[in-house]
Amino acid sequence: MNRTARTTLFWCAALAIALCYGISCGHLPGFGGSFHPYADRAVPAALAHRTANAVASVNFDQRGFDTLGEEFILFTAVLGAAMVLRRARDEHTVSPRPGRVLPTVRLAGTVLLPVALVTGVYVIAHGQLTPGGGFQGGVALATGLHVAYLAADYRVLRNVRPRTVLDLADAMAAGAFAALGLAGLAWGSAYLENVLPWGVQGQIVSGGTVPLLNAAVGVEVGSALVVLLAAFLDQALEIETG
Amino acid sequence: MTPVGLLVDLTVLLVAAVATVAVRTHDPVRQAVVLSQLGLLLALLFTFLQAPDVALSQLAVGTVVTPLLIMLTVRKIRRQTGSATGGGRRGRGGNR
Amino acid sequence: MTTTLLAAAPATGQATTDPLPYLAAGWILLAGLHGLVTSRHAVHAIGCLTVVQSGTYVLLLAVGYRRGATAPYFTDIPPTTPVADPVAHALTLTDVVVGAAVSALLLALVLQTAKRHGTADPDALTGLKG
Repeated sequence: MNRTARTTLFWCAALAIALCYGISCGHLPGFGGSFHPYADRAVPAALAHRTANAVASVNFDQRGFDTLGEEFILFTAVLGAAMVLRRARDEHTVSPRPGRVLPTVRLAGTVLLPVALVTGVYVIAHGQLTPGGGFQGGVALATGLHVAYLAADYRVLRNVRPRTVLDLADAMAAGAFAALGLAGLAWGSAYLENVLPWGVQGQIVSGGTVPLLNAAVGVEVGSALVVLLAAFLDQALEIETG
Repeated sequence: MTPVGLLVDLTVLLVAAVATVAVRTHDPVRQAVVLSQLGLLLALLFTFLQAPDVALSQLAVGTVVTPLLIMLTVRKIRRQTGSATGGGRRGRGGNR
Repeated sequence: MTTTLLAAAPATGQATTDPLPYLAAGWILLAGLHGLVTSRHAVHAIGCLTVVQSGTYVLLLAVGYRRGATAPYFTDIPPTTPVADPVAHALTLTDVVVGAAVSALLLALVLQTAKRHGTADPDALTGLKG
């Protein structure tokens, strides 16, 4: 299809979308209004399981199976990207030259790296209480690790992220999520049912299986992102064709 | 209109404007920078909409991870296809 | 513009009081789609796709917003406090992370295509070759 035909088709489709969307907007509950049927049911359900973070309760308790699916989308997407980006037969790796790093940047990086990693672990561990959880904490861990690249160079980063171990951790964590679901089947009545004692709301041991699932997701997201960035960094810095 | 409502509306308008700029920016490296700003604005909007957890992941993913991946891809493509149109040498990895 | 929180408003069918966030989400969607259709660089197209995705985030969170409410964390607030919709937040949250992974997969495919065919312009890719 040539460009003019494609653009014409787009404008026809855009008009239709805009029309339908505009009409639907008129039928949505008013922005910021008080009509929230899902919230009115999800919040009591979260509190019944002593999970202070209602979002974590929705993600890991009330619709845990859904999150399992999303987990595996993430897993397969990263697996696919790493496969596509692996070194081909006609390519070879070159060692990137170490760049000059300002001493102040090096110092800031050395201080920031542990702080970023601890923050990531904290966000994962408190996922059932405060804003955060496996997804955010995992991303914080992965990006925090790359401070090593900014503060030193690529070879240092490669040493602080053992790729084989992280590959394994990624798969194991995805498996752990599924296995925790089986526990619900064994001791409860449904897959991913919250079978652990719920604990006291507001304490770190609360929400039953939510903290465990959070930890699994945190490890999975963190190692998946590191593996992903590693695949791209290798392509951009190390792999040469010919 | 309450101050919070005004703040939300302003941020929404800003997000829509920056999203339009991001689409209209045809050089992928420049677009990555605009996308990173869009990620930051979205994180701000989500905080105003009382969704701090979404803001947190948007801040990390939208501001850092996606623009970084785009930059790395463009750098690789430019080096591979040899089109020296500039931009490919930008960024920290460029002089290594 | 004060809304009484316990008023059981028949929401469906009534005109929205502040349709701006909904309309902005639609605008972001259409702008992103336009960029996707007219793009001349595959990486730019993926950038436009992330713009389309952010439209869905804005719509979901706008639907979940409740004026005068607080964030849905009951660590230090009484259980009866009105909060924003945690279901919308949960949907958006996973969407953000999964969206990034999918963009990464697309970028990886573009990278390899550009490497093998020497171009990242979707229109210049006429056929597949080994």
